[in-house]
Amino acid sequence: MPNWTMVQAINSALAYELEHDGRVLIFGQDVGQNGGVFRVTDGLQDRFGQERVFDTPLAESGIIGTSLGMAMYGLRPVVEIQFAAFSFLSFNQIASQVTRLRYRSGGVFTAPLVIRAPFGGGVRTPEMHSDSVEAYYMHLQGIKVIIPSNPYDAKGLLHSAIEDPDPVMFLEHMKLYRSFRQDVPEERYTIPIGRAAVVKEGNDVTVMAYGAMVKVALEAASQVEQAGEATVEVIDLRTIAPLDEETIVTSVSKTGRAVVVHEAARSGGVGAEVIAVINERCLYSLLKPVERVTGPDTPFPVPKLEDFFIPNPDRVAKAIHRTLEP
Amino acid sequence: MSPPAAELPPVIADHMHQIITPEGQVVGALPDIPNQQLLQFYRWMVFGRVTSNRMVALQRQGRLGTFAELNGQEGAAVGMTAPLQQKDWLLGSYREFLCYHIKGVPLFSQLKQWGGDIADDYPREVGCLPFQIVLGTQVLHAVGLAQAIKYQKETHVALVGCGDGATSEGDFNEALNFAGVYQAPVIFVVQNNGWAISTPRRRQTAARYLADRGQGFGVPACLVDGNDVLAVYQVVSEAVARARAGDGPTLIEAITYRLGAHTTADDPTRYRPQDELEQWTKRDPITRFRTFLKDRHILTENEDKHIFAEIDAEFDEALAAYEALPPRAPHQHFEYIYADLTPQLREQRARLLQELEIESDKELDDAKLDHGTSN
Repeated sequence: MPNWTMVQAINSALAYELEHDGRVLIFGQDVGQNGGVFRVTDGLQDRFGQERVFDTPLAESGIIGTSLGMAMYGLRPVVEIQFAAFSFLSFNQIASQVTRLRYRSGGVFTAPLVIRAPFGGGVRTPEMHSDSVEAYYMHLQGIKVIIPSNPYDAKGLLHSAIEDPDPVMFLEHMKLYRSFRQDVPEERYTIPIGRAAVVKEGNDVTVMAYGAMVKVALEAASQVEQAGEATVEVIDLRTIAPLDEETIVTSVSKTGRAVVVHEAARSGGVGAEVIAVINERCLYSLLKPVERVTGPDTPFPVPKLEDFFIPNPDRVAKAIHRTLEP
Repeated sequence: MSPPAAELPPVIADHMHQIITPEGQVVGALPDIPNQQLLQFYRWMVFGRVTSNRMVALQRQGRLGTFAELNGQEGAAVGMTAPLQQKDWLLGSYREFLCYHIKGVPLFSQLKQWGGDIADDYPREVGCLPFQIVLGTQVLHAVGLAQAIKYQKETHVALVGCGDGATSEGDFNEALNFAGVYQAPVIFVVQNNGWAISTPRRRQTAARYLADRGQGFGVPACLVDGNDVLAVYQVVSEAVARARAGDGPTLIEAITYRLGAHTTADDPTRYRPQDELEQWTKRDPITRFRTFLKDRHILTENEDKHIFAEIDAEFDEALAAYEALPPRAPHQHFEYIYADLTPQLREQRARLLQELEIESDKELDDAKLDHGTSN
């Protein structure tokens, strides 16, 4: 079994889909000969030709708007927005068109397309490249939002996304692209959309995260457990919309304590929704108020400040401690 | 997708294509169209006028939602749609009511959408999407459709309509650019009707013509008298043939005029000079074409009256079917968000229905109570 980075795992999924499904097209800025600025589509144009994998003009709305036309015609576009923070330029096409086509047409027309976009801090990009955009898309209706935290999940979730009859926003954390490797099967496999994963079992507190924050949560859990104070359950949400409420509720009902971690700004974020779910479904299991460890309500900072902004294991461990205080 | 053609597009002629003058005089070479088809064009134009007027009346009576009338633009609508074949696509905004009718969207379905209902019965094979609300967005969808058609090595085309206002949107410009780069089989028809609600054409762009945009994107473009149905038919036919033959996109600016209001919610007397309206009323596309047909004895006075009566009857029938529709049930609102209901939507639907039932029970109870008191 190959030992792959997330970039390689995603590339493998894309290559498989191109090879086995003639409806799949890949396009975006610099995804052709250059293989994308992160090389996620490296080699695909050489292998599958310019009709299947091609560069677009530098216009995000154009990419999404044309992909919608193709999807409703029966193709399966898998487009790349070079940085998720640039997807604001295509926000109208996504919010008023892609996500509503099924509704507006009563299901006569649909938009099965995948929008891949890198996001997230920690890699010292120039300003305005690193924004976490997931909450904007989570608030839309009619699109699914996936954020993998490791190479294995990235491949399985991407296959599911391409197969899905609804539009999918597939957000790839830049820091995860090459930071570690995993054994990833070469053959096709899927991971269901809308299912979180309990990545570490524990009894006393539930930490919920996604994307690059899963590793941060696991490190924090390990710190707390080494101190011998408690055992920590860590949940990787994996899909932000629709949220896997069952996994959240089952775990929090068991532990009675919860911490939500995300890099995105705090207000109106995924954490707020997770806490609302806990309130609605298992409030009386709680022994302590739920903690949030998130970015502050500021723009994503310039590179010199980003280390202060992004939640780290120490901050998460402190939040866990607060839930454990008598 | 294949690389773009190397040669530059022809420079736009500073010339508006016209075959019939506003007075009904033939000044250009007539396309070879059988009389029966000329009559069909006329019938469609009258259909647009009659239905538009009746829709406005229905809105005034509270029987229909806000409606965007199309009086004055029937020539452009017929001329741009008639050259299309069944498997071609046609996307438009709310002003393309008549185009959609000609392409095959049932009048009943359009009445439903204008009545504030979900457009869930546009037949897919007609190749029209529920008319667009957010202006300019549909222009990109048409380019994507055309790219898909080309990718599948089919010979259909996509035609997209929009107005002068929409040409200011980024999406319109991105669409022209993508179409040029990929040589997509798409035809852009801009109906320049002079006004975007209250904003006159000269305040949309400093360009001389909207068709001038084509040159900047490497897309051949032309100007046509939008109130001359035969001229529009001719230039669109040529553009469709080019697209079908693999020769790429065309931008067409049809110069026309919105004789009515933007919608039933608009009052054009607030901004539009009366003499401008009078001037354009003399250029009415239906009057012009009627004169042409009568001069050539293709249409008689009796036939003309018969056409109006026939369309009225057709409209009555569709209206009766529309008004006989049972009311929507609230659960239907949840059906088409995703292919399958998410757990959240399932829960929300159940809760809403439960709450609505409680509310309606309460209403019933209140009604009973009132009844009892008055007795």
